[in-house]
Amino acid sequence: MERAAVSVDDLSKHFGSLVALDRLTFEVRPGEVFGLLGPNGAGKTTVMRILTTILHPSAGRAEVLGHDVVREAGEVRRLIGLAGQYAAVDPNLTGRENLRLIGRLSRLARSRIRPRASALLHRFDLTAAADRPVRTYSGGMRRRLDVAAALVAEPPLLFLDEPTSGLDPQSRNALWELIRELVSDGTTVLLTTQYLEEADRLAERVVVVDQGRLIADDTPAALKARLGNTVIELDMGERGRAVRAAATIEGRLGETTEMDGSRLRLPCRNAFAVLRGILNLLEADGHVPRNVTVRESSLDDVFLALTGHRTRAGPGAGPATRGGTE
Amino acid sequence: MTTTTTGRPLSAERPSSRIAATVRDGSAVAWRNLIALRRVPRLLVFSTVQPLVFVLMFRYVFGGVVSPSLPPGVSYVDFLIPGIFVQTAVFGSMNTAIGLATDMQTGLMERFRSLPMARSAVLVGRTTADLARNVFVVTLMTAVGFALGFRIHAGVPAFLGGVLLVLAFGFAMSWIFAVVGMGVGDPETAQAAAFPVLAPLVFASSAFVPVATMPGWLQAFANHQPVSQTAEAVRTLVLGGPATGDVWQALVWDAGIVAVFAPLGVWFYRRVV
Repeated sequence: MERAAVSVDDLSKHFGSLVALDRLTFEVRPGEVFGLLGPNGAGKTTVMRILTTILHPSAGRAEVLGHDVVREAGEVRRLIGLAGQYAAVDPNLTGRENLRLIGRLSRLARSRIRPRASALLHRFDLTAAADRPVRTYSGGMRRRLDVAAALVAEPPLLFLDEPTSGLDPQSRNALWELIRELVSDGTTVLLTTQYLEEADRLAERVVVVDQGRLIADDTPAALKARLGNTVIELDMGERGRAVRAAATIEGRLGETTEMDGSRLRLPCRNAFAVLRGILNLLEADGHVPRNVTVRESSLDDVFLALTGHRTRAGPGAGPATRGGTE
Repeated sequence: MTTTTTGRPLSAERPSSRIAATVRDGSAVAWRNLIALRRVPRLLVFSTVQPLVFVLMFRYVFGGVVSPSLPPGVSYVDFLIPGIFVQTAVFGSMNTAIGLATDMQTGLMERFRSLPMARSAVLVGRTTADLARNVFVVTLMTAVGFALGFRIHAGVPAFLGGVLLVLAFGFAMSWIFAVVGMGVGDPETAQAAAFPVLAPLVFASSAFVPVATMPGWLQAFANHQPVSQTAEAVRTLVLGGPATGDVWQALVWDAGIVAVFAPLGVWFYRRVV
């Protein structure tokens, strides 16, 4: 069997009495994009900081490409690239100088640093701004430079901590495109996100983390299928009607519903039959819904089903509509 | 561009020893800090305006009061300039704390920690860059001193020796503030924490006035703290007289400070909660 790119075994981290990570176990396969999904404060960044040797675990162990992150931290640092959710580049240096600094500190041969910096600036569409101080860059440009900086040493394993939080849709799409290109090069990517859409679009496998605990480990498709791949939403117009309708549906059809204000949600497998049953039932009761939506279930629905609460920003909102830091 | 990223990364070079790694990585970080100094001129302006104000203020406001208590034949400007050098170096060391705390706040420190660089390089690079800044400021203050009537009395080599002593003291103080910066982690707190410690060190010393004018209990402190001892050593080197004892005392302070605070600073850097 091929060696795991990242192997996390029973990993815990305590900060005083706060349990940030609670016995996490998962594996990342070489060459895949692996998503670490969870809301703010779930522990995603703590995992990243342990895997990139910045933090020590309190218990359990973690290996990166076969090297223990505590005992062989130096070896691990040679093999990884990190782009944080804060654009960790020096605002007073130019884009080119930033990349060259990282090149020198990554111990690249001097003759390779210049061409490598130029190539990355070109690839990340920063050539025109390459010799301007980074403090004049837009948020999207900084973020691209940050990812470029993580790639200077051509690491076989790349850590992206909330790579697109706070970016506009165009910059986000551009960055997603770049990440997909990287993967086709063979780079393994471990990314954290609180945007379900992002995990859905990029990751081949995800683990869902909530309050430091692992609550799911699967492909996005399988997670959605586990729940039922269709969601019916009924807008009853007001909360009282929604409560009565929920009681009717659960009592007579045995389908579980989730209520959100005047709206009812039903994850299900055979949407057509269920919907026909519901509408007949409600019509007979004189409670016709104001609006009916049938859609494919999103990871948001999955998250709600797994944790019992929504991701903080609620359903449907895209990454661009919120700025997120953890 | 195609990358072959299945096997080893590009970072293949390994320095021959730990010291080589520190020098190499430390100079890369120092280079980066010095670029910031050139590109954000206010960083340099602030650290030059303050000693300029001090030298003018002490020369013309307090000079008349202090002069009678000076040893005979010593002018106040000759007494003052060595003190100003030392004060410049001491206050300048605050920048070490502010710079490191800023790097922690922006997340740059996290990136450095994830790189295969020497664990001491970020601190060495910062204190070295601050040393270079002190060279600039001390040179400037020498020129200003000359314009105000300051003269070298014991020859240029002794004067240059005095300047080296000032720089060594500034470098030692930078290591204290490297620890402060790593400990507090944000620039505002670093600055606020530094001043109440530095002000008594600088003012309850022989930097600006002879210690003999102070009350006895304060003299006991003022005579034995490093600012006074460095100022006295530099002063003797500039004005003439037997300097060896003072110089040794100052150097022992510098060596002692670095020996304690450099490992402590690196420990703070490595400390992974």
